Amino acid sequence: MPAASRARAGIPLSLGVVLAYLTAVVALPLAALTWRATREGATGFWESVTTPDGMAALKLTLAASLGVALVNAVVGTLIAWVLVRDDFRGKGVVNALIDLPFALPTIVAGLTLLALYGPQSPVGVNVAYTRTSIVLAMLFVTLPFVVRTVQPVLLELDRELEEAAASLGASELQIFRRVVFPNLLPGILSGVALAFAKAVGEFGSVVIITGNLPFETQVSAVYIFGQLESNNVAGAAAASVVLLAISFGILLAIGGARRHVTRHDHA
Amino acid sequence: MRRLGLRIVALLYLAALLVGPLSLVFWRAFETGVGPAWDAVTNDAALHAFKLTILIALVAVPANTIFGVVAALAIVRRPFRGKGLVNAIVDLPLALSPVVVGLALFLLYGREGWFAGLPVQVLFALPSMILATIFVSLPFVVREVVPVLREIGTEQEQAAATLGASGLQIFRRITFPAIRWAVAYGVVLTTARSLGEYGAVAVVSGRLVGETETATLHVEERFQAFDLVGAYASSVVLALLAIAVLLSMSLLKPKEGIS
Repeated sequence: MPAASRARAGIPLSLGVVLAYLTAVVALPLAALTWRATREGATGFWESVTTPDGMAALKLTLAASLGVALVNAVVGTLIAWVLVRDDFRGKGVVNALIDLPFALPTIVAGLTLLALYGPQSPVGVNVAYTRTSIVLAMLFVTLPFVVRTVQPVLLELDRELEEAAASLGASELQIFRRVVFPNLLPGILSGVALAFAKAVGEFGSVVIITGNLPFETQVSAVYIFGQLESNNVAGAAAASVVLLAISFGILLAIGGARRHVTRHDHA
Repeated sequence: MRRLGLRIVALLYLAALLVGPLSLVFWRAFETGVGPAWDAVTNDAALHAFKLTILIALVAVPANTIFGVVAALAIVRRPFRGKGLVNAIVDLPLALSPVVVGLALFLLYGREGWFAGLPVQVLFALPSMILATIFVSLPFVVREVVPVLREIGTEQEQAAATLGASGLQIFRRITFPAIRWAVAYGVVLTTARSLGEYGAVAVVSGRLVGETETATLHVEERFQAFDLVGAYASSVVLALLAIAVLLSMSLLKPKEGIS
């Protein structure tokens, strides 16, 4: 027993180190941000959040992110399906490619999209400085999320259920809707939520391709950057706190849903 | 037939979104020949930017690796109050805008910030750039190690403890060998995120060419200066690094996904 208790005595210390690191790296800067944003009281904060250009940027960001999240729900599931159930030459390369948007710096992503879909497009498609370009950039950076949350579920899925449904006369579509889809839904939802959060905060890939016109193509992250550059620190901080609240809310919701699911698995 | 249709849709989507744009940048970078592209990535400003990016990663990646292993052990092996909150804070960098991260550091270490009186220059200098990079690349090692720790359980560790092994011995001989591939995978992800960070570093660095300009900032600066070959050539270097990351990822996880 003394050996076991000795092994355990190290853990509170490590927990202390973890909390100290998280406080220094993450919590303190975010506390300073929140403090600066709310220093002038609730009214001051609200006024900084609800400026016309700030609100326009926020609405545009949320709408574009929502659309992008929905596209990902469909296309991400489809790609995961093809990667798991289909078989073709070069599938390994395609599978590795899914993580490219994660590995590629966002500024390079923006530059590459501008090269193909900008003013000098060799295929004659120019969406630069339009709202379409925002969606395009967000689709690029959010590609891996749904694919990578749905893929492992599909791999684990028991094929016998589908075969049973087929032998009972269910059509392919019915099998997908009634057997496969309910199993994939938790994965799709958490992937969609992460993609949405990523899209809301996106900066590097949109900053080059959208032109950053206020009320037209300026998203929240670019708005914050602009406010800081024009010395409106209070406005930048207020808009940042809104984005922070959205991100934190999404993560807590995913965490809560995950706990809910695991609890019911064990029951 | 339906299967073929789905495959074609998936591949066309990936071609239009990923492969097409990236191939074009490779082609554009070398459009005027290899010489100009080579000069663009080997001049003083570009070399300095790449060196600075590597230097930042050399601090951020080990810091987050050690933290990641310790944090994963604490999260999996230790029941404590507020674990949900700790989990959410660890995940926050995945979901938070890098500009917000940069602004938060700016406000903490800036002129009016709580840490304004520090004897070392943090803002517009290396320390804040390292802090920003550590922030955005924080979750990856934790997130890779946690599920593996859950899966291996504690039986072997308990057996070793009963046989008189110390905490450090248990970690070195039992726990670490079981999690090392997850750690390696997490390190690859952390490195990729560190090398590619743009938004947070753009806010805190002050973007002084040849001083606080990282590789990604250099790409943007060359683009704004209408030096497209310079921007594309540096992008190609970063894209090659990204492809190297993808290769290491598929080597480290050979079993996942496909046969």
